[in-house]
Amino acid sequence: MASPAVEVRDVSKRYGPLRALDGVSLSVEQGEFFALLGPNGAGKTTLISALGGLVRADAGTLRVLGRDVAAEYREARRLLGIVPQEVVFDPFFSVRETLELQSGYFGLRGNGAWIGELLERLSLGAKADANMRSLSGGMKRRVMLAQALVHRPPVIILDEPTAGVDVELRQALWRFMRELNAAGHTIVLTTHYLEEAQHLCGRIAMMKTGRIVALDSTRRLLADFSERVLRVKLESGALPAALAAGATVDAAGWHRIPVESAAQVETALARLREAGAAVAHLEVAEPELEEVFVKIMARQDAPAREDA
Amino acid sequence: MTGGFLTLFEKEVMRFWKVSFQTVAAPVLSALLFLVIFSHALAGRVEAYPGVGYVQFLVPGLAMMSMLQNAFANASSSLIQSKITGNIVFILLAPLTPADLFAAYLAAAMVRAVVVGAGVVLAVAWLVPVPFPNLLWLAAFTVTGAGILGVLGIVAGLWAEKFDQLAAFQNFLILPLTFLAGVFYSVDSLPPFWRAASHLNPFFYAIDGFRYAFFGRADVSPWASLAIASATLCALSWLTLRLLRSGYKLRH
Repeated sequence: MASPAVEVRDVSKRYGPLRALDGVSLSVEQGEFFALLGPNGAGKTTLISALGGLVRADAGTLRVLGRDVAAEYREARRLLGIVPQEVVFDPFFSVRETLELQSGYFGLRGNGAWIGELLERLSLGAKADANMRSLSGGMKRRVMLAQALVHRPPVIILDEPTAGVDVELRQALWRFMRELNAAGHTIVLTTHYLEEAQHLCGRIAMMKTGRIVALDSTRRLLADFSERVLRVKLESGALPAALAAGATVDAAGWHRIPVESAAQVETALARLREAGAAVAHLEVAEPELEEVFVKIMARQDAPAREDA
Repeated sequence: MTGGFLTLFEKEVMRFWKVSFQTVAAPVLSALLFLVIFSHALAGRVEAYPGVGYVQFLVPGLAMMSMLQNAFANASSSLIQSKITGNIVFILLAPLTPADLFAAYLAAAMVRAVVVGAGVVLAVAWLVPVPFPNLLWLAAFTVTGAGILGVLGIVAGLWAEKFDQLAAFQNFLILPLTFLAGVFYSVDSLPPFWRAASHLNPFFYAIDGFRYAFFGRADVSPWASLAIASATLCALSWLTLRLLRSGYKLRH
């Protein structure tokens, strides 16, 4: 059987009294588009740093495509491209020099063709010979992405790549990530934009205080923790008993009625009509990852869910 | 050593070469100023060695002092800048070995030292007649002297977390040790206590041996100087490689 793209087993890391990682285990298969979610301070960046060798785990093992990140760090790092969360750059060099140097660190000389393609693909061609200092924040982020891809790693980890990035660039970035994923690259990302994770990622791990508190396919998490609801605001009349059973009402007078399918929406509206209630406003809300996230984070000492 | 070493070495050389006005021209100018001031103030002084005027005596010492200071500055400032700006992450994420890092920072520090040292000697040769040196001794003490300071620069760059810590390392350790290593005088002219103290300073041997390459005369046998300077370089290199392997202040 092929090695998982990323395999983390019982990894712990303490900083003084703080348990940044507290027995984390997870595995990402090759070709997955995987999201690592959690509030600030949950341990996502520490976990990514441990995979990249920036942080040394106190206990446990981390592997990239079967290579141990400590014992076989050179092989592991060649297989891995990490885009760090903070925008950093070397002000001494131009964009092209930065990418040539990064290639060289991986022992790749004469990597100009691929660098040219990356520059083109990330719309950096016009700035190739500009000093890094002169670039906008969004451009610097794109250069960091190019730096992570310069050695064509099969596994790519992006730590909040879209934080503070405008809509256009964000969409371009995701298009590019989708293409890389379609070409066989495994992609792991962290983000606070949950709708991004919901639309892009097949599987999701959620972290809280150094632990994995949920780990499942996006579809199952949505099915288990969120639901399609019909929201109605009534002009007159009241909710019939048949609907009121499963419904809730908020302070603004919106009734929230769970519905499983479009047919049930019809049924619910028919019942409202029969009961003589007049609907002022109406909307159907699809299941949302944000709801899943909030529910999971609110659970106390939530046990980690294992993959089915 | 991996292919990455060569790139990191080139990057480190490019880094100082792109700002060569501050990293090469400025130290050469400082050395010239020292020479002008000291030669003017002390020109009447007795010859340091028979047949060697004081101003001539000063030249190798100033050249070596500039080399030592610039070797230290190159490695330490590059490391601390990368750490503080955060771009060291790109080096740490690459499959470079601790030996690659060590060798690249050290070799680049030595290149800067040689460029500055050559600049000082060439600039001064216009003003003061300096004998053509024995190239073997010159190379031996250039490598060991600049090597020791390059390695110390790596240690300081790893250890310091802020620029003022690095400045403290430089001002309270490197600067006194270089100034008190017999750059401006022959330590034989010192009172016995200070002469003995100077002999505990490893920088003294680098400067004394370097001077031997020019005049064929020195306070200490050049073989003894070379042995002590080489032993110091080896010991410091061993320690620094251990620090790098342990991930000291780089991999947390």
